This record gives sequence, C-alpha cells and structure tokens, in this order.
Amino acid sequence: MLRLEKLTKTYKTGDQALKSVDLDIPEGQVLALIGPSGAGKSTLIRCINRLVEPTSGQVFLGGTELTHLSAGALRRERRRMGMIFQEYALVERLTVMENVLSGRLGYVGFWRSFLRRFPQPDVDEAFRLLDRVGLLAMADKRADELSGGQRQRVGICRALIQNPAVLLVDEPTASLDPKTSRQIMRLICELCRERGLAAIINIHDVALAQMFVQRVIGLRFGAIEFDGPPKDLTPDVLTTIYGEEDWEATIETVEDDEDIEAAE
Amino acid sequence: MPVGDRNGAKVWRRRTQTESLSHWALWLTGVAIFAYCWQQISGATTWFFVWDAPRIAEDIWTRATPPKWDYITQLGKPIWDTINIATMGTLIALCLAVPVAFLAARNTTPSALLVRPIALLIIVSTRSINSLIWALLLIAIIGPGVFAGVIAIAIRSIGFCAKLLYEAIEEIDNTQVEAITATGASRWQIMAYGIVPQILPAFAGIAVFRWDINIRESTVLGLVGAGGIGLQLSASLNVLAWPQVSLILLVILAAVVISEWVSAKVRGAII
Amino acid sequence: MNTELQAILGRGWKKPPLIKRPWLRWLLLAGFVAYLVAAFLTIDVNWARVYEGLERGKQFVLAFTSPDFVSRSGDIWDGMVESIIMTVAASVVGIAISIPIALGAARNVAPLPVYLACRGIIAISRALQEIIVAILLVAIFGFGPLAGFLTLSFATIGFLSKLLAEDIESMDRVQAEAIRASGARWSQWINYGVQPQVMPRLIGLSMYRLDINFRESAILGLVGAGGIGATLNTSFDRYEYDTAAAILILIILIVMALEYLSGIIRARVQ
Repeated sequence: MLRLEKLTKTYKTGDQALKSVDLDIPEGQVLALIGPSGAGKSTLIRCINRLVEPTSGQVFLGGTELTHLSAGALRRERRRMGMIFQEYALVERLTVMENVLSGRLGYVGFWRSFLRRFPQPDVDEAFRLLDRVGLLAMADKRADELSGGQRQRVGICRALIQNPAVLLVDEPTASLDPKTSRQIMRLICELCRERGLAAIINIHDVALAQMFVQRVIGLRFGAIEFDGPPKDLTPDVLTTIYGEEDWEATIETVEDDEDIEAAE
Repeated sequence: MPVGDRNGAKVWRRRTQTESLSHWALWLTGVAIFAYCWQQISGATTWFFVWDAPRIAEDIWTRATPPKWDYITQLGKPIWDTINIATMGTLIALCLAVPVAFLAARNTTPSALLVRPIALLIIVSTRSINSLIWALLLIAIIGPGVFAGVIAIAIRSIGFCAKLLYEAIEEIDNTQVEAITATGASRWQIMAYGIVPQILPAFAGIAVFRWDINIRESTVLGLVGAGGIGLQLSASLNVLAWPQVSLILLVILAAVVISEWVSAKVRGAII
Repeated sequence: MNTELQAILGRGWKKPPLIKRPWLRWLLLAGFVAYLVAAFLTIDVNWARVYEGLERGKQFVLAFTSPDFVSRSGDIWDGMVESIIMTVAASVVGIAISIPIALGAARNVAPLPVYLACRGIIAISRALQEIIVAILLVAIFGFGPLAGFLTLSFATIGFLSKLLAEDIESMDRVQAEAIRASGARWSQWINYGVQPQVMPRLIGLSMYRLDINFRESAILGLVGAGGIGATLNTSFDRYEYDTAAAILILIILIVMALEYLSGIIRARVQ
C-alpha cells in the first residue's frame, strides 16, 4: 500500500537524516516508529507527503510514485494522506468546524473554501466525525479555547475527513498528559481499524507504542534497526536503538499499565 | 574580573583599564558632537529675538484668547475633509500594503532574490518620506485639493503598514501552515486558511493604529494646500488672525484626542 | 447514532459571524458603506487636471533616474547639514529630558502628584503635531534651526517618555524589590534595580526616535524652522524635479543608513 524505496534525506547542513530507508506497509496496518530524538522519525514522515523534499529514493502510495510528482499532482495525492501533528497544528484562530473542514481543502475550489461554503456531504461528514470523537458541542468554538486532548481530536477529524488511505501521525501524544495520551492513541487505532486505514505513528513513548500497534520499527541515525511485532522489543533491541539503559523497568511498566487499564 | 591595584591591595573594578578608557572616549566624542551641533544652531539664531521671546509669546497669547468661537461654523466641512483624507488614505494604503507585505515577507515571497528587494525598496522609500513632502509633490503634479491629500496619506502609509504586516507574517506559527499544506490545499488556500487567520489581529491593529496617526497628519496637510482643516489654519496664520488660529488648534486637538480614544477602544476590542 | 447529531445532519453550516446580533451587523455594514459613498462624493477630483498632471508625474519619476545633485549642491549641503545637526542636538536633549519624565510617569516608581504632572506633559507633547509646534515656535523665536531644534526636542519627550514609562511599569517587580530589600536608597534603587532592566529598550527607542527626528526635520523647513525642507520646497515650486529627486534620494539613503545602524546597535545591546 505504502512503500518506501531507498529513501534518503540529506539536509543542507550535511546532516544525513535518512539513510536509504526501505519500508513496506500493507493495507490496514498500524505501525509505530520509535527511536531517539534526531533519529529521523519526523523527517521520514514528512518525506512521505513531501513537506520535506527527500534527497533521493522513491515513495509509492498504491501505484503512484510521489517523489517526482508535479505540484498539482502532489496536492491530489496529499489528499489521500492524512497527517496528525505533534502540537496539534490547528489554525488557532479558526473555529473547530473550520479546522475540520480544512481537511477538505484539496477537494473544493478556492472561492468555495474562501467563502466557507463547503458541499453539504462534507459538512455532514464533519459533524459525524466530531460526534465520533465527542466534540459535537464544540463545533463553533474557536480552536484555541480547547484543551490539549480536545485539540488533538480535532486534528484527528481534520485528517480523517480527507478520506485518506494512510495516516501519517507525528508524535500525537508529545504534549499530552499520560491519561489523555492513551485515549488519543486508542482513538487513532480504533479509527484506523474501523476504516481499514494504514498508519505510521511516530512516537517516543515505547510503552505506549507496544500497547496499541501491530508492528514496531526502530529507527536510529536515519536507518532501520528493528522491524517486528511489539513483543520482540527486548531490552537488547532497545539498547541497540536508544543506547545503554536499564530497560526492564520500561517493559515492566507496560504490563502494570495494562493491569490498570483492565481495572478501569 | 577586572581588578585594580591600590596600595598593594586588590580592588574590584567594574571595567578594565582599556574598557573604561574607551568608555570615556565614547562619551567625550558624544559630548563634542553635541557641543558642535549646539554651536551651529546658536550661530544660526538671532539671539535678540530669543531674548524677546517671552514678550512675543505673551503678546500672541493675549491676541489669541479668547478663541473666536463663532468661527467654528466654518470648520465643519474642513474637519469632514480631514477625516475623509485620513480614512480613505488608510483604506487605499491597506489595499496596497497587503500584497507588498506578502511579497516582502521571507516565508511568502515568490522570489527572495528578485521580488523581495523591490518590495523592501517600496517599503523603505514610501516610509522615509513624510506625508507633507508627498503632498507637496502631488500638488505639483495633480494640483491642490483633497484628492492630493488622500493620495499623499495613502502613499506614506503603504510603507508603514507593509513593514509591520510583513514582520507579522514572518512571525507566524509555521506548523499551522504545514498542517494546511498536508491536506493537499492549493497555494491560495494555504494563504486563506493557514496564514491569514494568524495575521488578522495584527492587521486590524495596524489599520487602526495607522488611521489614528493619519488623522494627526491630515490635520496639517492643508498647510501645503492638500485640503482639510490645515487650509484654514494656513489662511488664518497668513492674516495673523490669532483668535481663529487658537480655535482651529483646539479643534485639531479635540480631533486628535478623539481619534486616539477611538483607536484605543477598537484595538482593545480586537485584542 | 444520537439525536443531537441526527438533528444537525443535512443542515448547512455557516461560520458564526463576528457580530452576533444581525441588526447591529447590518447597521454597521450599511453605515460604513454610506460613509464611503458620502466621503467619495465630497472628494471632487478634477480629472482633467489629474490627466494633465500625469505628464509632470512622468517627468518626476524619470527625474529619479537622473537626479541632479550638482546645480544646487550648496543649498542641498547646507540644508542636509542643518537637518542632521537639528536631529542630533534635539535627540540628545530630548532623550536627556525624557528619562526623568519617564520615571515620573511610571506609576510603580513615582508618587501620584508627580505621576499626574508627567503624564500631563506627555499628553500635551503627543497631542500637538510637530509641524504645528514648529509654526508656533517660529512665531515666537523667529526663523532658523533653533525653532526646529526645540520642536524636535519637545516631540521626542512625548514619544520617548510614554514608551519608556510603559516599559518601566511592566518591568520585573522581583528584581527591583531585591535591590530595595538590600537597603538601597531611591537613587540607588533606580540605578541598580530599574536601569539595567529598561536600558536595552531605552537604547532601541532612542535610535528609533533619532530616525523619526531626521525624517521630521526634513519637513520643518516648510514653515521656516530650518533644515532641508526649505530647499525641497523651493525645488518643487520651481518644478526642478531633478533636484527634488536628489534630495529625496539623500533622505531615503540616510534613513536606510540609520535603520541599519540602529539594527546593529539593538542587536548588540540585547
């Protein structure tokens, strides 16, 4: 479904953020991308929808190769890739509804979007999504009046209304408290399952990743160091990805957490 | 740490020897420049008039008071013109300043090498030259009247508004723009959804702020013939009709105070 | 599916308007349009005159490509030097007077009577347009740069004191309290607790005001208060556009140089 071939990114400063990454994601698979800060997680995600231009290599979405597309064709392909951001990246001075509908920008013309006259099916879908994430009552509030967790839900709606084939999720929980983090992760994974979406979730919280995803990729210095199911993440593996540290505690907490979850 | 030596004991000092020396040299140069300037000014001054100044000031004061109140009936139209010059000038300037600002901001300019310098040149040249000079120029070109005043105010305000606006554009949060880009939005849609909402408060603030300044400036444009209440001021001064002058000054003062109050209120409401 | 959603589906959505009450919204809009129309109608434009002027406008624009610095170089030089001298002297004196007034106009430093007096001075200085002050001072002190110098100093006080006072009022209270707690006198408190906090802003504002003073000094000549304005006015009157263009280019260059300089200085003090 989504396939990366020898994807490389070298910044102007000479930093090699991605070193020939190969990755194949089948339809409907939710995948977590873990690794230390600066490992190239964020760059990898942004190279897929070309918010960052890759230096070389290829990205296939379905049958389409993305890295050589013209600006117009790239915009059409971007509609099939929903993106969820670390600091929510909502347009803070617009209302919740406008933020959600902005996910349809790739489908409507300039004047329609400028005058906020979105087609009725889009408006209905926006309301349905807001209802699904429990924010229907907030539709006409301004985005900066919302709490962090609520904002991220709006961000999720904005990505889903694009009707994407794949979700690119960049540190969805980095600025949220632990409880909200879980709720958001669960919501993303549930929605992916409901809609059969593939997703790349870029996350630094290993325990959280293990709880929710089917497959984990470990990235270090721009290269893939680990690729497997969450249960294969042993202390040794984590050491190769992150460096020396006492990993038993992290993995144990995961189990504890699961008990707590079950108790709730 | 700079340390001095006094009778063998070490003493803390704020600056080292060379530092304090250069510090003093700087101050000395400053004082010398100021002394030279002052000398030039006093050389060009007829001091006899200056010593006579208190008497003249008192003389003017006695002539100017009380203001000729019934003259106010003739000031209605000039004040209306003054407000129009400021408002229309501001509106025109805003229409022109917006594209210039987008061309000048580093993150929205289509070409940093070609277009941006031109936009910056427009900003600096319109900003450097006072609206009175623009008015002089326009009167020479299109003749005296309110229209010249409107255009003079508009030109002078382009640079001012565009500068503040492009600084605001450069300070926007780029992740919001990124998020809109990622939805597959076109260039104009990114502008309308990602950038415009972020700079709208700044834009409104700048507009009101400049309108307030323009009210002040348009009160004196008439001195060079560009319409508004300044025409009456200039005419009254020419015939030394001091009671009229004092009334006009009071009216201008009132206009300025009211416009400042209005702009403060509006800005408060926006932000 | 819940009823709330059911009720809302199929209905159109509009962005909630900025002004909630519809009658007020329409009233404001109608009022604005009416004003625009009225204002537009009272500006009578003599289009024939404007059309004639286009030729002169073209000449003026072309003059920028061949500015004439030479034929009136004596006048230009004298006027420029006088403008710069007025600017420098007025900025120095204006800043020196502004500082005590700014301290007086900051509520957290000065007692109430002093505060009111200083705020009064600032209000008067800000309300009076430079050019009007210049007219009055020329009437009182006679023609020449002294009137211009006094005008600019007076205007500097209003501008600088107000902004500086606002900066002092918004300074970090804790730092100043720490100095006071050490038993410092009022003057020491100002020197150690307040001055370091507002110094960068003072320098930045002073540079900015120097820039404004120069620009203003270029027009004071129009009313006889010295500087380049008189030369400029004469050149417009005589339709000597190439000389006018030369003077305008000089003004623009000096303003640019001042902005560049103030950029460097502000970067260094912060």
